[in-house]
Amino acid sequence: MAKIIAGVGCSHVPAIGAAIDLGKTQDDYWKSLFDKFKRSQEIMAELKPDIVIEVYNDHGTAFSLQYIPTFAMGVQDEFQPADEGWGPRKVPLVKGNSEFAWHLVESLILNEFDMTIINEMEVDHGLTVPLSLMFGQVDQWPCPVIPLCVNVVTYPAPTGHRCFALGRAIRKAVEEYPKDMRVVVFGTGGMSHQIHGERCGLINSAWDKKFLDRLTADPIGLAGVPHKEYVTEAGAEGIELVMWHVMRGALNDQVDELYRVYHVPASNTAVGNIILKNRAA
Amino acid sequence: MSKSEEYADIPGTYLFDKRACAKGYHLNNFCMSLMKDENRKAFLADEPTYLDKYKLTPEQRQAVLDRNWLRMIQEGGNIYYVSKLGATSGYSFEKMAASMAGTTPEKYRAMMVGGGRSIEGNRSKAAQSGAGDEKGNG
Repeated sequence: MAKIIAGVGCSHVPAIGAAIDLGKTQDDYWKSLFDKFKRSQEIMAELKPDIVIEVYNDHGTAFSLQYIPTFAMGVQDEFQPADEGWGPRKVPLVKGNSEFAWHLVESLILNEFDMTIINEMEVDHGLTVPLSLMFGQVDQWPCPVIPLCVNVVTYPAPTGHRCFALGRAIRKAVEEYPKDMRVVVFGTGGMSHQIHGERCGLINSAWDKKFLDRLTADPIGLAGVPHKEYVTEAGAEGIELVMWHVMRGALNDQVDELYRVYHVPASNTAVGNIILKNRAA
Repeated sequence: MSKSEEYADIPGTYLFDKRACAKGYHLNNFCMSLMKDENRKAFLADEPTYLDKYKLTPEQRQAVLDRNWLRMIQEGGNIYYVSKLGATSGYSFEKMAASMAGTTPEKYRAMMVGGGRSIEGNRSKAAQSGAGDEKGNG
């Protein structure tokens, strides 16, 4: 039987991808950030997932405003990194697992999470930057990745509670899968940032750190934080953090925090990473 | 959960909500078209003719021609779409952000390296005008 062994929260700042791709990780501006992620990569190598379910948002790349699915899952076997206007990132092709993804879709819809099913899409920095941060610069990703897209661009994003409940439904679906597989769920985006309007550049480190603390100790209470608090306190684009609740909902109530990173700034954004391991039930 | 109207008191913030999504639909579609290289070239070669293909309001059209990023946002542009015009026009994100914030790229960068814009004094327009300070949108 498949089981979820750990969850990862990770920012997906595009400038981080650019720094990696352009060989700038040892520059003064970037070195301390990338040094902090070395330990993250060691832990991922120890966890050795067979598959990653990655919760992220598309940034007007695969989706336009023509269709805005709240939750959507990619079910094909391959996802090309997209050209977001400056050429595709030079990262490996993202391989999926169609059989497993279809199993998830079927289970989730029958459990009343009405996923949009995607047979063909390209993936942007929202998906590939966390892979780079957690697995490093590799010739191929160490395992298949199932993309789960959440709308956080057009208001309203799904609520924190709804995202948490989706995580619960994902856990049930994973545990119904008959093959032995070690699954890690990524929740991506955030942390505090605002990249539009006169208030752009907002960072709220105290709020971010409290969010990281509560993720382990008070996940259900944290999932109840209303949207307006994110937008006010963590910046309009900080609403991406609702996607971390999907990851947390997929884990057991009791988890151990293995590691965290907090760094300001990467371009306009506060960068966070947390790795939570399921405590044996 | 708050309806989108309840966000109006947050300073310098334009929620991409039902109003903005409807108002900015064609503007954002124009920006989305710039993901293709042939479209980028056609736009840069003759901006007015290219823009004629999209049903922009006069304000949106002028904001695009002026590269007035804040005005584009105020007219329903979404930053993830508008930034495609930025990339097409050779603007770094920092330069766009500085322009929206009404400062220079150098000052904006220094603010970010120094830990970013503080939340203090930036939560509420009402509180800003009540306090009479100038922490607001500098």
